[in-house]
Amino acid sequence: MGALQPPDQASPEAPAASAAAPLYARRQAVYPKVVRGRVRRAKWLILALCLLLYYAVPLIRWDRGPDMPSQAVLVDMQAGRFFLFWIEIWPQEVYYLTGLLVLGAVGLFAATSLFGRVWCGFTCPQTVWTDLFMLVERRIQGDRNARMRLDLKPWTREWVVKKALTHAVWLGIAAATGGAWIMYFNDALEMTPRFFTGQASLEVYFFFALFTATTYLLAGWAREQVCTYMCPWPRFQAAMLDENSLVVTYRAWRGEPRGKAKAADVGDCVDCRACVNVCPTGIDIRDGQQMECIGCGLCIDACDDVMTKLQRPRGLVAFETLANLAASEAAAGSLPPGSGRRACGMQARRAPRFLRPRTLVYAAALALVVAAMAGAWLLRQTTSLAVIRDRAPIFVRLSDGGIRNAYMLKLGDKTPGVEAYRLVLDAPAGLQLIVLDAEADPAGAPVLTTRPDGITQWRALVTAPAGLRLPESLPVTFRLVDAQGRVAVSTGSAFLGPKP
Amino acid sequence: MPTKIEKDSVTGRETTGHEWDGLKELNTPLPRWWLTLFYVTIAFAVVWVILYPAIPVSGLRGLTGWTARGALGPEIQAEQAKQAPMLAKLRTATPAQIAADPELRNYALAGGRIAFANNCAACHGAGGQGAPGGFPSLADDDWLYGGSFDAIRFTIEHGVRNGEDAEARGIAMPRFLADGMLNAGQVNDVADYVLSLSGRATDAAAAGRGETVFAENCVACHGERGEGNREMGAPRLSDQVWLYGGDRPSVLRSIGYAHAGVMPAWGKRLDPAVINMLTVYVHALGGGE
Repeated sequence: MGALQPPDQASPEAPAASAAAPLYARRQAVYPKVVRGRVRRAKWLILALCLLLYYAVPLIRWDRGPDMPSQAVLVDMQAGRFFLFWIEIWPQEVYYLTGLLVLGAVGLFAATSLFGRVWCGFTCPQTVWTDLFMLVERRIQGDRNARMRLDLKPWTREWVVKKALTHAVWLGIAAATGGAWIMYFNDALEMTPRFFTGQASLEVYFFFALFTATTYLLAGWAREQVCTYMCPWPRFQAAMLDENSLVVTYRAWRGEPRGKAKAADVGDCVDCRACVNVCPTGIDIRDGQQMECIGCGLCIDACDDVMTKLQRPRGLVAFETLANLAASEAAAGSLPPGSGRRACGMQARRAPRFLRPRTLVYAAALALVVAAMAGAWLLRQTTSLAVIRDRAPIFVRLSDGGIRNAYMLKLGDKTPGVEAYRLVLDAPAGLQLIVLDAEADPAGAPVLTTRPDGITQWRALVTAPAGLRLPESLPVTFRLVDAQGRVAVSTGSAFLGPKP
Repeated sequence: MPTKIEKDSVTGRETTGHEWDGLKELNTPLPRWWLTLFYVTIAFAVVWVILYPAIPVSGLRGLTGWTARGALGPEIQAEQAKQAPMLAKLRTATPAQIAADPELRNYALAGGRIAFANNCAACHGAGGQGAPGGFPSLADDDWLYGGSFDAIRFTIEHGVRNGEDAEARGIAMPRFLADGMLNAGQVNDVADYVLSLSGRATDAAAAGRGETVFAENCVACHGERGEGNREMGAPRLSDQVWLYGGDRPSVLRSIGYAHAGVMPAWGKRLDPAVINMLTVYVHALGGGE
């Protein structure tokens, strides 16, 4: 019965099946078995590095002078500043963050097209924390079989004690996670004592609780369901993969047909299910590429272990490209199982092609964004002058018949020092500039002073005396001139008057 | 729900029965916890409706008695407590002192802006540009009652011709034509003379006759050369700013029927700190005097 068969030819017992068709499925419990090997070691190392980075970064100090936070990485929501070592970013420069996010996304695409789902399998926080939680679970409740036995007899004394202990440790880790999170938004050394003495703000406790709860739920309970049901990335990462990407694969040409180790005329796969038992998402890699596979490669370690014991070459499950898989299949698929087929299949493989149109496009995009961000950063101005023309009234007629426009000047200074600039109006002769409450230099030009790491506001009045004939709209430019006579900033605006 | 369930031959799984151009969708069941969560949200909603005001019928308040206004109360109080020291300073300082202190001045400009939008903008415009028909512009350099800090403060506090404050600014101008003090010809003549004060083309002969009428009827308030009088709020007639319009018909109407703009005495309505902030803000609109 084919999928394309018209419904009216469906089997007569079909209506009965509708009652059985489940709309909602119970979660299939996954009990991953402990595994040792090269991939597992790499995963432990990356896990340790990620956690170290996450917990240690807020503790790094960075001296920025008095009245400034001395934390190297800090998102200061109250002051509206983002600090990253020597870099300080204001809210209106959020495009640097956009650039970082674009970099992250394109980097993810590039890594995926080269090495498959390395992000998912090794560095994604969901994977890192789930791995950590599974370690705790294993240490307290035992390995796969012990945990399955334990769950068969719930509410026994052993079950209650072990489960309670596991959840307590999980909650402890979750709390440490939530606690570290708030350190990125508050000074870590100053916040920690306040946090423990109950003097921190409600927001701090709220976000602490939020991240504690999400860590506990996502890493303790939801686990692989986050990847299969919640995360959008697995749904479209296939668009970045092609036949030249290194993905976790089962070399079916070598393993099939499956059979007992001592049986004749069978492939290398002994159907021991070691790869299935260690899988954190509970799938069978031998079914081919699947959305649920996060590419962690633990099945590689499990299979390698079995192959070593059987004194067969490792790599029945391996990081392999689909192109090589097809080449091996074409070369060795029809040969009888054994060392001849193995050698022939392995010989047909080619080194993965890393330089492909797809990866070159990603590399070009990465280079472009990096160049744009570096350029923007190097050309970044620390002094800014915004000129906001009054719109109500558009212009004022003075008692002598002159015309006056008013402007709001916002002078921003992103450096910690106080600077003074002469304000010069670049406009046709006759227009007079006054800045209310500003000092004047000996020549009579208004002098504007900045506020360290802040904005000062000034009100400027520009007057055209009666009788000066001007167009309805006249472009004018405000220039800030420093002590050396250099123009620091120029900002254009307009001087409006009645129709001539 | 599909009535006929069929199995997909490739995957061996059931389809939903939905078909698009020969493509069929596999039935991929949602996780059970999702369903549970859905029921939890429904239960949550029921509890919410009981506890909080959720039904827009007056009297249905919810068991907790929660109101948005009540929840805001502590926040308002906290804000007021935060502002209290600043407002105390603004209450005791004079507007000139406030303007000289950068911190107070910034605060007063920000607070004055809000207070102006709430209380003054309806007549004087959002930017103090004024409006035709007797609402003077506050952004120009022409001040009916003076543009110094003290003069502006006094005007705001006591208002203009409002009948509620003994010290209110301004006196009423007579209705020269309506009350029969001048005849139509005299009003015409004096209008020509008034227009000539600010240098506009007029009938020279009429203006000459009007000068006599002006000297007999208008100089007491508007001055010998139409320079105005701030004590009485008599506008200057020799400049280019016209509160009620500077064309001939408008001037004729002003002389014949008079105008008497009014303004409330804000001293009876606003906190002295707010009046000080408004003073500093209004002074900054056009640069004051």
